[in-house]
Amino acid sequence: MSTKPIIISASPHVHSDRTSKKLMYDVVIALIPAFLVSLYVFGIGALIVTAVAVISCLLFEYLIQKYLLKAAVTINDGSALLTGILLAFNLPSNLPIWMIIVGSLVAIGVAKMSFGGLGFNIFNPALVGRVFLLISFPVQMTMWPTALENQIKIADAVTGATPLGIIKEGLQFGETMTDLSSKIPNNLDMFLGFTGGSLGEMSIIALLIGGLYLIYKKVITWHIPVTMLFTMSVITGIFWMINPEQYANPLIHLLSGGAILGAFFMATDLVTSPMTKKGMVIFAFGIGLITVVIRLFGAYPEGVSFAIIIMNAFVPLINKYFKPRRFGSKIKSKIM
Amino acid sequence: MLKTFPKGGIHPHENKITASKPIKRLNPPKVVYVPISQHIGIPSEIIVERKEKVTIGQIIAKSGGYVSSNIHSPVAGTVTKLDKFFDSSGYKKQCIVIRTDQKDQSNFEFIDKPLKTDIQLSKKDILQLITDYGIVGLGGATFPSHVKLNIKKDKHIDCLIINGVECEPYLTADHRLMLEKAEEILVGIEILMFALHIDKAIIGIENNKKNAIANFKELTKNNDKIKVAALEIKYPQGSEKQLVRALLKREVPKNGLPLDVGVIVHNVGTIFAIYEAVQYNKPLTERVVTVTGKTIKDPSNFWVKIGTPVIDLINEVGGLPEDTRKILNGGPMMGKAIKNTDVPVAKGTSGILVISEEEAERKKCTNCIRCSECVFVCPMGLEPYLLMNLTEKKMYEAALNEDITTCIECGSCSYVCPSHRPLLDYIRFGKSIIKTLEIAKDKK
Repeated sequence: MSTKPIIISASPHVHSDRTSKKLMYDVVIALIPAFLVSLYVFGIGALIVTAVAVISCLLFEYLIQKYLLKAAVTINDGSALLTGILLAFNLPSNLPIWMIIVGSLVAIGVAKMSFGGLGFNIFNPALVGRVFLLISFPVQMTMWPTALENQIKIADAVTGATPLGIIKEGLQFGETMTDLSSKIPNNLDMFLGFTGGSLGEMSIIALLIGGLYLIYKKVITWHIPVTMLFTMSVITGIFWMINPEQYANPLIHLLSGGAILGAFFMATDLVTSPMTKKGMVIFAFGIGLITVVIRLFGAYPEGVSFAIIIMNAFVPLINKYFKPRRFGSKIKSKIM
Repeated sequence: MLKTFPKGGIHPHENKITASKPIKRLNPPKVVYVPISQHIGIPSEIIVERKEKVTIGQIIAKSGGYVSSNIHSPVAGTVTKLDKFFDSSGYKKQCIVIRTDQKDQSNFEFIDKPLKTDIQLSKKDILQLITDYGIVGLGGATFPSHVKLNIKKDKHIDCLIINGVECEPYLTADHRLMLEKAEEILVGIEILMFALHIDKAIIGIENNKKNAIANFKELTKNNDKIKVAALEIKYPQGSEKQLVRALLKREVPKNGLPLDVGVIVHNVGTIFAIYEAVQYNKPLTERVVTVTGKTIKDPSNFWVKIGTPVIDLINEVGGLPEDTRKILNGGPMMGKAIKNTDVPVAKGTSGILVISEEEAERKKCTNCIRCSECVFVCPMGLEPYLLMNLTEKKMYEAALNEDITTCIECGSCSYVCPSHRPLLDYIRFGKSIIKTLEIAKDKK
């Protein structure tokens, strides 16, 4: 018998080898393909934006925990790292550095720590950071460097709008979808990621690889991404069938504007999504619906971030009303 | 497709390292510590005195009420003490200490009795024997069997389920018993079917015990009343409610019993004990115990006399390893950590598991990240994270409304929680508070 005392504790006495940290790093791993594509497409700018966002998120979390809350520092749990990467993925690659830092402060300081830190935030921190920047600095936030032309330029990159931005503007000026089809990148370019846009939202193929990895690793379930994308395709599909000259086809909607990034990585954020599968379906349906409404009828060409944040606010309500079915609550069983 | 229950469940490492070890007989221990509350319900009443000589199988404590059970002496010897000792509950409980008479031959008779298939007794006599011989559920819950078998007239039972699932990791006691005493178990099933007027029985076995399934299938191939069902490997399939759901697709109502859906469930060990009681007038004084652990030299299955101190068993498998930090009475999912190695084996002890340094300590608990894993794995459709929060905030009424009392304490939620939160600890705590509050309410 060892000299250390024997341990008495309640069952269970074994534990699966999953940890919160592993879950966070699994998401980080899943984001690597998209990051590599963004490095190829946007060059050094992508690296700078990501590095600044990650470092400032970690730093703000450290400072707040150590000096403001005087609590244990938990920056190595992977969650601030993840927030930093996701924030960067939602920013243009030529954004001024100080804006990235402001965005990180809002994400970590306001959206996460002021709610009580990891697990207590209602809204997705990275999205709050992005939306804050989008509303505060609309010009800089919608000037996307064009793909494959600016790998080494930082300051005076050639910029352009995203496919959805081009469509929105064009339709407002009375152009039809047929006129616009030559102005937007083809589906294959969008699928591979050779378009303008935020850092990490453009390469559909890379994001899908990451998303499938997350489902395979059971970090997320299929419910949110599938429901959200399905809802978006059905609603945009109906409008497209009514008037294909006024409304873009569902494929364009799915391949652009961060739909895939949002569906697999932002809406599925564990902390800010519902606790039951039923709830997840309702939540994702809401995101799909609001996204389409904003895209087709709102002032912004893209609406995924707003939709997710709006639905985040409904999560406590969804958790209250969509509960798992309790075992034995069926009133009639076969024999009685 | 193998049968299973639909909602929740986990797949812990099986670690059934003793599955191929035949059950060994041991010499009787020098001293036995027989606790008087080895079953759920009222403790038994001691009817022997200090220095009294007892024979093997003699009643030493009689049933203290309806939900209680007789306790018989596992050895022939002398009562040396009537005192309180630590048992597996972690509390000091009244025990009867008996020193084994080393000269008494009856302590060393290990002849396996021949199979006796014909049932000669009447239904009433059978039930009486089960009551008299102290048979309790050997699956772990230790519910007195005669209470389960005393079915009110208005209940109609159409199926007897034999629980050979043994979904707890490490444990192989039921597995070995099913291999070595299959024919006796089948007779036991016939006895119960006869006594309860049931003409259908299903033996449910998880698919990691293929040889036991094949064995029973072979033995019952000409018997159309007893069926053998292979089940998918999933914890907690051995839980009564989950097993009934898996085998018959019937759902036991909330706070109800299998009886409410026309089913009665018994563990294979209990069935064997019933066989011995009815056919050979043998009281329940011994059971199969798996003594195991990754660090144990020679993990084995034993026939163990009730009251045997755990240390005797550990010495039989090569002694306690240096780095032992935890000793469990039962399996790793639902077993209880015991205080010291003098704790005796009771009727509900299906295994002794020794856990070493690296697995013994709990990991640091961190913030809930709301990953929903606990909700996904809960076989009862509960929300463990919510129940823990409510208990933590002393909102017991709300916890009651969220069905905290239907928790079967399988531990799946604590097992999967990536933040290592003590979900089940809090749920248990909440349940116990609610129980006392409800008792208080009843008194008013």
